[in-house]
Amino acid sequence: MKRNVSSELMGDVVEEQLELTLAELCRACRLPAESVIEFVEYGVIEPRGREPAEWRFHGVSVRRVRRAIRLQHDLGVNVPGAALAVELLEELDQLRARLERLDV
Amino acid sequence: MKYKDYYKVMDVEKDATQDEIKRAYRRLARKYHPDVSKETDAEERFKEVGEAYEVLKDPEKRAAYDQVGAGYKSGQDFSPPPGWAEGFEFHGGDFTGADTAHFSDFFESLFGRGGFGPGFARQSRQAFRARGEDVYASIEIGIEDAYEGATRSLTLQDTEIAADGAPKNRQRTFRVRIPKGVRPGQHIRLAGQGGAGFGGGERGDLFLEVHFKPHSLYKVEGGDVFIDLPVAPWEAALGATVKVPTPTGTVDLKVPANSSGGRKLRLKGKGLPGASPGDMYVNLKIVLPKADSETAKTAYRQFQGALDFDARAGFGG
Repeated sequence: MKRNVSSELMGDVVEEQLELTLAELCRACRLPAESVIEFVEYGVIEPRGREPAEWRFHGVSVRRVRRAIRLQHDLGVNVPGAALAVELLEELDQLRARLERLDV
Repeated sequence: MKYKDYYKVMDVEKDATQDEIKRAYRRLARKYHPDVSKETDAEERFKEVGEAYEVLKDPEKRAAYDQVGAGYKSGQDFSPPPGWAEGFEFHGGDFTGADTAHFSDFFESLFGRGGFGPGFARQSRQAFRARGEDVYASIEIGIEDAYEGATRSLTLQDTEIAADGAPKNRQRTFRVRIPKGVRPGQHIRLAGQGGAGFGGGERGDLFLEVHFKPHSLYKVEGGDVFIDLPVAPWEAALGATVKVPTPTGTVDLKVPANSSGGRKLRLKGKGLPGASPGDMYVNLKIVLPKADSETAKTAYRQFQGALDFDARAGFGG
């Protein structure tokens, strides 16, 4: 976080500007690496790069993983179920945005 | 403090079986989960249901609740009888990972926080160090703000644990820079501006979900901006150059001859700015002059006589 003289807060746009390493994503989501790797294996998040050490995650991964954790914790779904739900919920968001634009 | 009717919250009868309660909880948790539900009070309801289930799923707590609450109605003023919990033993292990920090005062007065009984909770809170919660909030901006960038003032209500262990509400107001090019549904992350940590832990982050105020002319989807452009029938038929408003100023747009209604014309790169700027789409809407005068009616009749036109040729037959 940057703070300038007028104490105006500058933020990052999560979906645009952030790219995280595996360690940074673990910290942001408060998860051990094994759990993050499991989310990668089920396609909840898709890093660029081949090896975990080279992985770079898009900023939106934080939100996806946190959402998946909440669904697991609150509704008792497993990782594949959470992966499916996260994907469907994002599609739902897009469709809702389109409905709103079309004034239906 | 108000009495809470947990049976009513869970929409079950007072003599519901443990299985019925479990099924009701699963159904309501799905219905009101803040990640899934679009109901405005989803988060509130979800917490309420979680609290009710925390009590009713556990036969010990349920029995205690039934005993102390007999005769009370939902919303009625309530105070637990002195020393009421002495006859019961609540086991910390019965709190199965639910986030009791969000439970009501009513719950706390009966069962304490964290399952160790009244009195113990506050000490245990300070005994460990934890990062503060991430806080999610919404911010509404105008479409112009996304084109130009802007500064917004924002006030948030915080709950902090003071030195004496009591939660205190505090208002925080600050100015946030809205980055140019931000899109609807995106999140602005303000690191270290979330909930206070416990025991010296760092603050969580604040996430602001960006919403756009409805605009009378423009609609936004992703990075693209849409506008309906009314044109006269002859402009669409013969072609014309017309002025189109955009959030960055008026542009001249060439409407090609023989355009039909609903035709979309693209103004490349005139959508929301950014690393990959969006486009602006102009949707042609042919507007018919009213046939409300003799002159207009004559013009339509001449039009009709001059052309051999079947509007429903596409239907066949």
